[in-house]
Amino acid sequence: MIGIIGQKIGMTQVFDETGKITPVTVLKIAPNVVVGRKDKETFGYEAVVFGFFGMKKKNVTKPYAGQFPEGVAPTRILRESKDFQGDVEVGKSVGVEYFEGVRFVDVSANTKGKGFQGVVKRWGFGGGRATHGSKFHREPGSTGQRTYPHKTFKNVKLPGRMGNEKVTILNLKVIRVDAENGVLLVRGAVPGPRNCAVVVRPAVKKAKRG
Amino acid sequence: MNLIKKIEAAELREVPDFKPGDTVRVHFKIVEGKNERVQVYEGLVLSIKNAGVGRSFMVRKNSYGVGVERVFPLNSPRIEKLEIVRYGKPRRAKLYYIREKVGKKAKVKELLGGRKAPRKETAAAEAPAQA
Repeated sequence: MIGIIGQKIGMTQVFDETGKITPVTVLKIAPNVVVGRKDKETFGYEAVVFGFFGMKKKNVTKPYAGQFPEGVAPTRILRESKDFQGDVEVGKSVGVEYFEGVRFVDVSANTKGKGFQGVVKRWGFGGGRATHGSKFHREPGSTGQRTYPHKTFKNVKLPGRMGNEKVTILNLKVIRVDAENGVLLVRGAVPGPRNCAVVVRPAVKKAKRG
Repeated sequence: MNLIKKIEAAELREVPDFKPGDTVRVHFKIVEGKNERVQVYEGLVLSIKNAGVGRSFMVRKNSYGVGVERVFPLNSPRIEKLEIVRYGKPRRAKLYYIREKVGKKAKVKELLGGRKAPRKETAAAEAPAQA
């Protein structure tokens, strides 16, 4: 992954170059500190480790602080970026300028947790009739049939925990790169609650054409 | 949320103070292929919807016997100029009832003598003095 870390601030609307109003998500890409580098000899792959979100001193335990090199303040979030292109040294930082000239990005984050949900919300089942003597409302229905197959198949869609899983949205259009505020404006919605950490990378599937 | 407000503040434009019931003339830029021209659209303001950057207003006019309603984003960069032709004195904020009226009933009383300076500006001027 060739992404850097950002923070989802929220959504608003801006006017694009043609004067059309566009829904955008504001992503704050405050400078990502390069915490470390991994090389092929020791780790088997090449990567850059980025840190994001400062921490209060009292929340930093000694073992946690130990993984940061000297001169780098501990950060709450660490993410590895495999095969990161560009000139990075430990202790330096990468900011929004990284997206200068990029037209599309992919954004991944953990979605909002929905808790234990039924099949209608979780899998989009239609459910049954509410009235007219119907006794089938929002249930999943039968799963094991009769003599055959006489068991519930694996991966049958049933109620359960929903949300709080990693989701990547591909090909979001970059509306604006605002270096002054350290902000990236991306068209459309992005997974996760406000203020959550997201990973932004130049779009993989549009990289060639971009 | 502060960052969002900052971004939104950059999108806001200065617009003349007008209200539903006023008759306005909107100079709206229209892009046709590569050409750009300005179209003037004049009519009665039926409503103003306040929704942050996306604030919009609806203008109704009678075009050759057919009622036409158009919604413009108030902060749109495509609005070149906004003139107030006539101040109205309506008795409600949304004038949707006018759609069903014909003749004299479809008119809004005129506010004679113009409108006083908007209250907003005076409030903004006083606020720093108190703080």
